[in-house]
Amino acid sequence: MDLTFTDEEEAFRQEVRAWIPEAMPDEMREKARGAGGFTPEDSATWHRILYEKGWVAPHWPKEVGGTGWDAARRFIFNEEMELAGAPPLSVFGLSMVGPLIISFGTDAQKKRFLPKILSAEEFWCQGYSEPGSGSDLASLRTTAEDAGDHFIVNGQKTWTSFAQYADWVFCLVRTDQSVKKQAGITFLLIDLKSPGVEVKPMLTLGHTPAFCDTFFDNVKVPKENVVGGINQGWTMAKALLGHERTLLAMIGPSQNVLQKVKRIAASKSVNGRPMLEDPVWRAKIARLEMRFRAHTMVSYRALADQQKGKMPGPESSILKVVGTKLIQELTELAMEVMGESSLTWYNEGLCPPVEESIGPYFCYERAATIYGGSNEIQRNVIAKMILQLPSS
Amino acid sequence: MDFELDQDQQMLAKTVGEFAKNESPVARFRQLRDSAIGYQPAAWRKMGELGWMGVPFPESVGGFGGSFIDCALIIENLATTLVPEPYLASVVLGGMTLARAGNAAQHEAYLTPMIEGDTTLALAYSEAQSRHDVSSAETTATPVGNDYKLSGEKVWVLNGHHADHLIVSAKAPGGVTLFVVPREADGVNVTVAKTIDGHKAAFIRFDDAAVDGGSRLGEEGSGAAVLDRTMDYAAAAAVAEGVGIATTMLQMTVDYLGTREQFGVKIGSFQALQHRAVDMYAETELLRSISMASMVRADEDDTSTRRADISAAKYQLATGGIWVAQQSLQLHGGIAVTDEHDIGLYFKRMYALNALFGDQEHHVARFASDPAFAEVAV
Repeated sequence: MDLTFTDEEEAFRQEVRAWIPEAMPDEMREKARGAGGFTPEDSATWHRILYEKGWVAPHWPKEVGGTGWDAARRFIFNEEMELAGAPPLSVFGLSMVGPLIISFGTDAQKKRFLPKILSAEEFWCQGYSEPGSGSDLASLRTTAEDAGDHFIVNGQKTWTSFAQYADWVFCLVRTDQSVKKQAGITFLLIDLKSPGVEVKPMLTLGHTPAFCDTFFDNVKVPKENVVGGINQGWTMAKALLGHERTLLAMIGPSQNVLQKVKRIAASKSVNGRPMLEDPVWRAKIARLEMRFRAHTMVSYRALADQQKGKMPGPESSILKVVGTKLIQELTELAMEVMGESSLTWYNEGLCPPVEESIGPYFCYERAATIYGGSNEIQRNVIAKMILQLPSS
Repeated sequence: MDFELDQDQQMLAKTVGEFAKNESPVARFRQLRDSAIGYQPAAWRKMGELGWMGVPFPESVGGFGGSFIDCALIIENLATTLVPEPYLASVVLGGMTLARAGNAAQHEAYLTPMIEGDTTLALAYSEAQSRHDVSSAETTATPVGNDYKLSGEKVWVLNGHHADHLIVSAKAPGGVTLFVVPREADGVNVTVAKTIDGHKAAFIRFDDAAVDGGSRLGEEGSGAAVLDRTMDYAAAAAVAEGVGIATTMLQMTVDYLGTREQFGVKIGSFQALQHRAVDMYAETELLRSISMASMVRADEDDTSTRRADISAAKYQLATGGIWVAQQSLQLHGGIAVTDEHDIGLYFKRMYALNALFGDQEHHVARFASDPAFAEVAV
């Protein structure tokens, strides 16, 4: 075991640290230093800047446009991005469907889709949940009917986050009604510009434009858009979940909120001194930071396994359950540290920008313990698959 | 960065685990907890022959020049069956302090025989008023020519009831200073104290106990800094032991959920209990992961990072580790509260580890007062 970085790795850190502010447009740099509050357009701009530099996909293999970095460089890169407050990138292409296509796609699919994910020419969203299929995802009813060289898709997907900014959606659709529910599902890539697709955005609790409903009315989808084979969709969904785990650990966002909590606490007074120097408040913050440190170590273990080409150990299964709870506790603490200022709701110029951004983010992160398989479903799965407790 | 044990370390962990299981099952601890010593010098000697006590010490004193990681792995694996020999007290508390503070002659006289398994050590640092503050010593060391006289009382000295040599902190004219004192020396009065977890410690009174100048470890006033470092090793060791305890308690609980039947089914099929068990698993893995960091950091001289990870680890023991211990009893039901069932023995040991080497509040305060904590990105 060794937790130190080599001189080359430290040099790499300095390179990344120096590059980030230079590469950002002025307005983005201001936001990064302040509150964040990036728009999807900001994320797309930053995506293109990283693409030009060749740094947009640290976790992809080199031969398909990744950086070829080892685990240590990826830790460093991610850490520097978070510390700099850089805009978050859309995960659906780079971190979800991209890696799935790399693992299971045909050569034609790799050639067609991967370059445009990298270059930000095409953005993606996810079509899994339906109004009647949340935790019981396998009960989904959106159908893809076999029509020779293509499918005809009908149904409704919900929580297709950022579909209004996306060009493509990766969907789970029903292709066989006659078999066990998991066995009749196919993983299908659908062009959102196809006739018969309608996207209806809705506001989140934080009044951010994230959520959408997406409707499919006799949408024609070529069969070559199936990933992993017809009726193999459930296997694909499970494989994708493996890629999601380290993502849902929320290490970067938590680090970012922790910094914000400290900045706010340093700027406010209690008992005649900065809150960050008050023993009670300091202890409250320290407790969450110490838990975050332990959580980060679990995540490092998983990433190090991946780097060695091994499946992450069973401990990686807890990352979502622990990480999503932690980000909620951190955003709650940020609200608490703000005191009365936590009442603010989109009043530009009234509160410092960092504080103005917390309320909406706090509201939005209530979704973290629900999406990606609710934490209760995660516990069901861990109880069965890892602890091997008896079924009811 | 590398989070894997190397092959030698994997082998060591396996060997110690097998020793614990085969040669010192929990039944042995039960038998010995009522004996005068609480463990067996013969078993200690065997551990010495296996080379385990020498792991963290340099070859020049008969050690193996290994890292603290090896030491922590031994502790973690001995904990799985509550092996009663005083590894933490003698090797980590006594040995690491002696290694850092003593000279070559003192190493040869006191450390080498301990490494070989012939003797044990104890560290007498705690006093009734000191509560985790190693610089708070009211025991005095009064110079008499080149020698000293010690007066005062040390409390809860782990293995103090049987150790051949005590390492004692006392206030000399130059500040807190460490001395090696034979337990059986004149003026040293040992009262045996039973502890909640079935072990033994000692209250030790020094009544003008004469100590020759050659038994002083290092310069006058050098004691507090050495003890501060020892406390970091000890906290990391306690966390490693906590990992062994929590892992065992979790496994026992999962096994119980898979066998115990009520309402005509295995109770492990109930979702409420499954989710509790998963949360126990999560807390155990958090503890294991931060323990890995703390055992690596323990050998690092960079104070800020070392303290941050060790405090975070001890905090996770105090929160997550204790919670695992509590839930293990709850899920076992009434049987867990009997002395007959082993789960309660692990439970009590977890609480003992929690109380030693800095409790939750101590480590929260230490973490929060490090300058790095208040560094705010602009």
